[in-house]
Amino acid sequence: MKVSLFITCLSDAIYPQVGEAMVRLLAAHGVKLDFPSVQTCCGQPSYNSGYWEETRTTAKTILKAFQDSDFVVSPSGSCTYMIHHYAELFKDDPIWLEQAHALEAKTYEFTQFLVQVLGITDVGAHFPHRVTYHPSCHGSRLLGVKEEPMALLAHVSGLELVPLPFADDCCGFGGTFAVKMADISGAMVSEKVDHIKETEAEVLVGLDMACLMNIAGNLRHRGEQVRVMHLAELLYEGVAVR
Amino acid sequence: MSTSEQRSTTVKERADIALNNDFLRKAVRFTTERLRNGKQIASTEHGNWDEWRERGRQIRLHTIAHLDYYLNLFVDNARANGVHVHFAEDTAAATEIVMTIARHKQAQSVVKSKSMVSEELHINHALEEAGIEAVESDLGEYIIQLAGEGPSHIVIPAIHKNRYQIAELLSEDAGEQLPPDTTILAGYVRRKLREKFLDADIGMTGCNFAIAETGSMVLFENEGNARMVTTVPKTQITLMGMERIIPSWEDLEVMATLLPRSATGQRLTMYMSGITGPKRQQDGDGPEEMHIVIVDNGRSSQLGDPEFQELLNCIRCGACLNVCPVYRQIGGHSYGGTYSGPIGAVLTPALNRNVAEWDDIANASSLCGACYEACPVKIPLHDMLVYLRRRKVERGLGNRWESLGMKGFAVVMGNSKRLGAALKMGRLFQKPIVHNGTISLKVGPLKGWNTYRDMPSMADDPFRERWTKLEQELDQQSVTMDQTMQDRMEQLIQARQRRQRGDRNES
Repeated sequence: MKVSLFITCLSDAIYPQVGEAMVRLLAAHGVKLDFPSVQTCCGQPSYNSGYWEETRTTAKTILKAFQDSDFVVSPSGSCTYMIHHYAELFKDDPIWLEQAHALEAKTYEFTQFLVQVLGITDVGAHFPHRVTYHPSCHGSRLLGVKEEPMALLAHVSGLELVPLPFADDCCGFGGTFAVKMADISGAMVSEKVDHIKETEAEVLVGLDMACLMNIAGNLRHRGEQVRVMHLAELLYEGVAVR
Repeated sequence: MSTSEQRSTTVKERADIALNNDFLRKAVRFTTERLRNGKQIASTEHGNWDEWRERGRQIRLHTIAHLDYYLNLFVDNARANGVHVHFAEDTAAATEIVMTIARHKQAQSVVKSKSMVSEELHINHALEEAGIEAVESDLGEYIIQLAGEGPSHIVIPAIHKNRYQIAELLSEDAGEQLPPDTTILAGYVRRKLREKFLDADIGMTGCNFAIAETGSMVLFENEGNARMVTTVPKTQITLMGMERIIPSWEDLEVMATLLPRSATGQRLTMYMSGITGPKRQQDGDGPEEMHIVIVDNGRSSQLGDPEFQELLNCIRCGACLNVCPVYRQIGGHSYGGTYSGPIGAVLTPALNRNVAEWDDIANASSLCGACYEACPVKIPLHDMLVYLRRRKVERGLGNRWESLGMKGFAVVMGNSKRLGAALKMGRLFQKPIVHNGTISLKVGPLKGWNTYRDMPSMADDPFRERWTKLEQELDQQSVTMDQTMQDRMEQLIQARQRRQRGDRNES
């Protein structure tokens, strides 16, 4: 059985530790990940900006990379959901279309994979900190990943989960939106961080490094000490420390 | 406001004004929070909300797919009820119809209940230019009319104003200082409007739903002003978008469940009026003459467009505005059209038929999908925003630098070797500007980002370079997978294969 890691370009280039935490955590459960190095990016930046021709080029690298995989697992709900757009991109191309459908059916976001595929909600982690969770929009709203992270967090011993006010509100990232509409995006992320501060959490955890990069960037800009982590990092640290 | 006027400023410039207006942002936050919480409570309490949404969506899909049939049915029935029905292709035609009726009636004064279509047509301007007084009788509309502004919300037109600003406007109107007390302010407007209702020659309304099976029109409202508008003046003119139709009263039950709850969190609005024709002999009140103007104004161009036809399903509840994190920051006027928020960002370009040329309003969204989740008829606005962007690019109207950037992006991301090389180059180039793992330089595209955040630097060892070592290390310590887990995975693969075979057999 071939379970492949879809690292996503952001985790690859900026947050390799997230991929590493995933790999190590899954290895501890006997899931040996494979990493097809021909993968690049899901194509979301160009897709969302309306450049679909360019997106097809990028999407093909992903389709090719995971052709032989039985399962694909990714640390991002947003990039996972992007694969759900591939059928639309290749609707006039029967060969790529079939591949698009096949990839969509076997690709899972990290917590989906743990909970839905492996049936794991307790990884045996201990993390004695005050934590708040930001549900990223694409993962929770569009991909429907809502229960999985909650189940995993509920089983972490010592962890105090504090609800984040207005948790469902977008952090303001939105890809190129953050650059094109910088002031609107800035107002959004500032409000998100205000709410995070209200929780007095030591750690902000999430499932999408793009949103977390945005939020962490604002926290750091404001000199706030809140630690920002992907759930995979939190769980792995909680297991490794034990 | 004409198309050219709106495009004299960009959405960014308009948003900047709003972002620097603390009163506005506070007022918008306060009311949208109240509305969305109300909706949350009302929909949860009602239960099975997603099923109701789906039912609403199906009714709207069916009606719009057979719009020609239901429009004919509606018009035949309305005419049989004694209503004069007119069709208007665009703003000019609709205005001409209204002005002809007004001239014929030698009208001096028109009293209006809330109508987004009338805002879209800027009918007040046309009436005033002809020397006819047009008075808005919805409290919010009355306020923005005094302020000389358009609505900044589909349901709450004066959402951007707080009671102190409203007290100032009304004091000026009253010619005396009124306190910022909502009861006193509303009382003043109520007395003032009473005279206007009695004096008006024409009552003008919008239309929430038009019932095809009986040719009736239905209005939802809270202030009773629409009931006054439709009972006191001798002539009634109703402006309705051509897509306001639903087949039957039975369908109205679903819409009456969805609309007030989605709009304001109410189980039902204070008034819901169903009007089937002008006053009959035995009726105590009602207009002697009734006109319905069915307005196209760009709507029919969405028919048959697979990406945008669902826009016509909208029931104008405003729920998408109340949950939109962008609207929350910039309010409604930033959108530059009559309709604001996510629905406005799509509807305004679509109705203006120049989908691709319409400034960059479709870019004022993070595509978070909150609008879709809130929509009582499940319109995929977040997808439509991407389609708008794509159409702009396809017609060669995209930003030149962005277009170059995206070409470059595709070159790098089209091949993992090029990506690997780009990562190496990036690390080299970032060296002089990285401090403590962050880049805080404010130039080019980094300027906007770094005004509000610090940019993380690229990792010294991207994952693709870590992999070989990591894999070797893990190969040393092999853990065997639990049998139940393995069985689960195999079952999932088999189920997936069965589904795929099924799909293939079907096609």
